[in-house]
Amino acid sequence: MKSLDRVKNIATPFVFGVVFLGLWEGAVKGFNLKPYFLAAPSKIMEQFLKNTTRIWEASAVSGSNALIGLCIGTIFGIAMSFLLSRFRFLSQLVTPLAISLNAIPIFVLVAVLNNMYSITSEIPRRFMVTLVVYFIVLVNVARGLTQVSSIQVELMRSYAASEFSILRKVRVPNAIPYLFTALKVAAPASVITAFVSEYFGGLQNGLGSRITSNIANSKNAAAWAYVLGACLLGLAFYTVSIILESLTRKGQSK
Amino acid sequence: MSAVANISAVEVIGASKIFNEGSDNQVDALLDVNLTIAPGEFVSLIGPSGCGKSTLLRLIANLLEPTQGVISVNGKTSAQARLDQDYGMAFQQAGLFDWRTVSKNIELPLELKGWNKKKRAARAAEMLELVKLQDFGNMYPWQLSGGMQQRVAIARALAAHPPLLLMDEPFGALDEMTREYMQGELLRICAETSTTVVFVTHSIPEAVYLSNRVVVMSPRPGRILEIIPVNLGSKRSELTRAADGFFRCITSVREALRGTHADHVASTAIRGAEER
Repeated sequence: MKSLDRVKNIATPFVFGVVFLGLWEGAVKGFNLKPYFLAAPSKIMEQFLKNTTRIWEASAVSGSNALIGLCIGTIFGIAMSFLLSRFRFLSQLVTPLAISLNAIPIFVLVAVLNNMYSITSEIPRRFMVTLVVYFIVLVNVARGLTQVSSIQVELMRSYAASEFSILRKVRVPNAIPYLFTALKVAAPASVITAFVSEYFGGLQNGLGSRITSNIANSKNAAAWAYVLGACLLGLAFYTVSIILESLTRKGQSK
Repeated sequence: MSAVANISAVEVIGASKIFNEGSDNQVDALLDVNLTIAPGEFVSLIGPSGCGKSTLLRLIANLLEPTQGVISVNGKTSAQARLDQDYGMAFQQAGLFDWRTVSKNIELPLELKGWNKKKRAARAAEMLELVKLQDFGNMYPWQLSGGMQQRVAIARALAAHPPLLLMDEPFGALDEMTREYMQGELLRICAETSTTVVFVTHSIPEAVYLSNRVVVMSPRPGRILEIIPVNLGSKRSELTRAADGFFRCITSVREALRGTHADHVASTAIRGAEER
């Protein structure tokens, strides 16, 4: 029964995807849609296979921007969340700001950052990714460090534990699932931010800029091929974040 | 450990606790409480919600400072007793750490005492045996039932072999059958380890069944209304729950809680029976 369920779980979206692509292909052929209006999946695949090296190169550029920003943002986010959990007044100052920034598309700031740096610099994009990731990680990890069971803290105090012991043995372990939740959100967000940042000018080497330039040249199928590359990159980031999470859990769950 | 007969396990002298003193939401939680508990004694604190019984327990644990009065544990100040881990504590929620195995949960107080790994593992095994969970050491808390989790919490509270155990409604979230089983287990464990217990509860039969003395407290500000001795002998069993003395004690506690004494004598026999 269980394996049957698993087959069902995989088969259903797979069948849906195939049917969807079939309808798409059929619509393009049947209604004779022009390639600049909507490219057929077969044409997109053709472009994708023809341009794999270029797509790979562009993915490497966008991907490394996303990865660098993700790492730096995570490190700073964790560091700041420790400070916030230690100093209440700081938390009251920063938390509302961080939460509201999480709710708005701050990556548009990259347009301003582009003006601050040279046009050939990757720094504005990486900085933008860092900023987006930073706030996601900060809000979540700070929550994990502070929202601990009051009984567990009382217990630790009854053992005459120091604040540092409480941090190490209660707050940090409690925050780890929160960190991975944050990463699951931050990983795709870092990729999206890296792409979208490229729409605001600067170097023309990433997936985002390739998509815009192909659209500008009416190479619709090629643009779609880069979109496919972008999807795969985003998926890769997300998958890695899930694998990391499952590794730390090791059979634990609630 | 320090079971010298003439040192009280707990001594509370003139303790009062006022929260938010001087502000609009001032709460007078406890008023002039005096209580002496002998080593090896089992004492329950009972009273209506908000009567300060948990506050009194936390004063003894030095998790709160009294506004007035002196509290000593084992002949030391309560603060020193806390630093020396002279007591273990258990709450209504087991409060186990999800990311630690059952054994590692029990080892936690020992880790904080700086015991080495081998010594900790040996003690954890010993405690698991005491609470009859020897096969569950490598499991995680969420794999255990509520009653089993509470037994782990008791094992953890007793891991360092403290002379005193402080319990705040530890069986409050358990079903009636598990609860009665746990009461029996607690008495067995305390007798085996000759631990002094201060036990906060809402349940009159539970207080009577477990205790040598039941401390009845008044609504806020909490004061001790009466201390009722329970003369049911040191060996308690399921038969105890059907004994006349058991019902008599339940009646006395209930009357003390109501603040009435001889008024309801006629009806108490029937009421006692309801309580089984």
